[in-house]
Amino acid sequence: MPGIFRTVALAVFVLASSLPARAVDNDREQMKGLDEQVQEVKSDVLGISAELSRLEEKLLYPSNTQVAVFIALAEGDAMRLDAVQVQIDGQLVAHYIYSFKELDALKHGGVQRIYAGNVTTGEHKIDVSVTGKLQGGADYNQAGSFAFQKGVEPKLVGLTLAGPDSGRPAIEIGDW
Amino acid sequence: MPRRAPSRLLAFGLAAVLAAGSASGSDLHDLYFGEALFHADQGHYFDALQRLDTELGQYHGLDEPQYDSLHYHIGAAEFDVGDFELNYRMHHRAGRAIRAVLEGNVDPAVRNEAAFRLARIHFQKDQPEDALHALERIEGEVPDAIADEVEFLRANVYMALGRPADAVEVLADLQRSESLTGFAEYNLGIALLQDGRTPDAIEQLDRAGRVASGERGAEAIRDKANLILGTMLFEAADYQRAYESLDRVRLEGPFSNQALLRAGWAEVSAGNFERALVPWNILAKREVTDSAVQEALLAAPFAYGKLEIHGRAALMYGHALEAYTSELDRVDASIDSIRKGKFLKALLREELKQDRDWVIRLRTLPETPETYYLMALMASHDFQTALSNYLDLEDLRTRLVSWQTNFDAFEDMIELRKQNYDPLLPEVDADFRELDSQIRLRMEQREHLDKRLQGMLTAPRPDYLATADERIVSERLDEIERHLGNSTTPETQALQERVAHVRGALTWRLRTQYHERLTEAHTHLNELSVVIAAMTERYQSLVRTRQAATHSYVGYDVPINQLRRRVGEALQKVNLLMARQGHMLETVAINELKVRRERLDGYQTQARFAVADSYDRAARLQADMRPDGAQTGEVQPDETQPAGVQPGEGQQ
Repeated sequence: MPGIFRTVALAVFVLASSLPARAVDNDREQMKGLDEQVQEVKSDVLGISAELSRLEEKLLYPSNTQVAVFIALAEGDAMRLDAVQVQIDGQLVAHYIYSFKELDALKHGGVQRIYAGNVTTGEHKIDVSVTGKLQGGADYNQAGSFAFQKGVEPKLVGLTLAGPDSGRPAIEIGDW
Repeated sequence: MPRRAPSRLLAFGLAAVLAAGSASGSDLHDLYFGEALFHADQGHYFDALQRLDTELGQYHGLDEPQYDSLHYHIGAAEFDVGDFELNYRMHHRAGRAIRAVLEGNVDPAVRNEAAFRLARIHFQKDQPEDALHALERIEGEVPDAIADEVEFLRANVYMALGRPADAVEVLADLQRSESLTGFAEYNLGIALLQDGRTPDAIEQLDRAGRVASGERGAEAIRDKANLILGTMLFEAADYQRAYESLDRVRLEGPFSNQALLRAGWAEVSAGNFERALVPWNILAKREVTDSAVQEALLAAPFAYGKLEIHGRAALMYGHALEAYTSELDRVDASIDSIRKGKFLKALLREELKQDRDWVIRLRTLPETPETYYLMALMASHDFQTALSNYLDLEDLRTRLVSWQTNFDAFEDMIELRKQNYDPLLPEVDADFRELDSQIRLRMEQREHLDKRLQGMLTAPRPDYLATADERIVSERLDEIERHLGNSTTPETQALQERVAHVRGALTWRLRTQYHERLTEAHTHLNELSVVIAAMTERYQSLVRTRQAATHSYVGYDVPINQLRRRVGEALQKVNLLMARQGHMLETVAINELKVRRERLDGYQTQARFAVADSYDRAARLQADMRPDGAQTGEVQPDETQPAGVQPGEGQQ
């Protein structure tokens, strides 16, 4: 697959032809040094972020009550997803409107965590409603209601959405 | 494995593509891995890396990682993390995970792909020797999807190592690769050029310049091939072929301005002044910040002058003079504005970050001279690197500031929880302890009964299964026997016989009903087990709830303080680096603008001279054409270029 390094090769030649002769080596050295420091600080901040996530999870979503809801699109589905609304036990927990980039990411296999929260152990109900457009421009609205069981471990609820042409249910719930 | 079209690749980057291709739809087993892909596909590499780093950290920390959901994607995850790091410009870290795959016990196909990816990372890190070393580790079967890419990379590495002859050999075999259309042809031309085989290079670049493709990247590289070929032919004084090659460059592509400018010069060099006006007039109407356009403003009237249309030339020189003066004012305003620090502020405008074409939009903002030349500055690699780092630092700064606020909110939350639970817990604990002792007692009793019943399976003890009444009767009989003692009186003997009779009856009953009673006892024990299991579950639930209550506010002081300190330190570092990077950015921008200013200054002087000269020539020509027919003027036929302007001077 042609990729980045091919573009890089192109960029190198563009660069080679546009590098000003006046470029001062000292500036280059400074820039390189700065670039290395930027990489270091990125690494530090990523480390802090990971630790902070763990702390947040422990503090805000302890495993015995944690529930997370994820949205995925069925592979190869042509439906244009506009919005998703999620209710847990009758309470609205998420109402998300998708941007072009987000929709594109979903179509390429990405999975969105639309909600993270807490519920008690036991049986719960999740209601999902989806709005979008079909390839021909027609409106597409679907809703589904599902039950899920929350145990003592974190609960991950995966919702796979599909249009009418995919041959799959419009909203499918999966356990992970 | 689903893959996206190459045009997408250039726009979104390889990492996201490979990642998305590695797990999609029903193949996905790990939702958090999917979440990392979701972020990466949108170019949010910090979030993608943070997610994937966490997942990989957890996976490698497990005793039995093969049971983890990430195990299904571990190969792709290790590869992706390297790609994400590269995309996030963390070259130092990139490759660590892939190196681990390479050194692990994996399938040869996976090892080969890992070696390829590692080589690519080394190449991008400007480490061609290491890249070649990684490529040399590829042996046996190479996955079809990357076979051409491997060889293309090998050729690039050879070129970076100054081995163009080896690169030529590799690239020659890739000329029919569909996925590399345009790129393989172009790079072969460059390799031949580097190898000193100029005639072959010209022929190859000619082929590269005619490649048919509707793909954006291939079209751009085809334009580049034609531009380079045109320049080479121009320098070799083959003006006709040079023009033909430059003419193939698309009018809307990134190399269009340079091609138009050089095409004009090729025509001028061939003495075709009229034909030179075609590309130059197109160019003269384009965005005036472009250096090629600025040169064309001077070159077009020069051609008119050569055609002895001095009036038109004088007007165009006048227009050029106005344009240069105006541009000089703008450059000065830009430099001044940058020095006042407005440039950095403009780059961080939030609304512009939402737009993919934000750099272009910046130029159109009113009252922002600091950004007027941004598009032109973006052509500089140094500027691009400095800008990318600056924007990344701003993103880190925003995150760190937001986290600092979070710590205060966390502490408030913890304090509220403490106030809620502290008065409740002692009472709950007292009840819990009582309940705990009762549950433990019942559990011990059950254990005792269980052991006894288990023992009776091998050594039957009917007496253990006597009912309470039977036990009382047995004890009464024992007491009566003790009372009767060893007396041998007839009355006593009669009583002893009756006692023996009753005991016999009791024993008979215990022994004959033993099996039923044992079964019944087991049934009861099982029923008891169910009750105890429910009690144990409730007990554990109580323990968990009690622990959760404690964990919701105890033990956070140290980690929060440590994190707060680390965030504070990181923020200081980021602020310092932002100041340095910002200064560097301003310096690079001002230096670039100063060079532009010098060039514009030169053009302005030339235009000033040329406008006067043209008016003079036009006036003389007009005088020559007076009815008296007196020939007073004289045109300089040997003038080939406007004073001081050389072909290609406007190139950056």
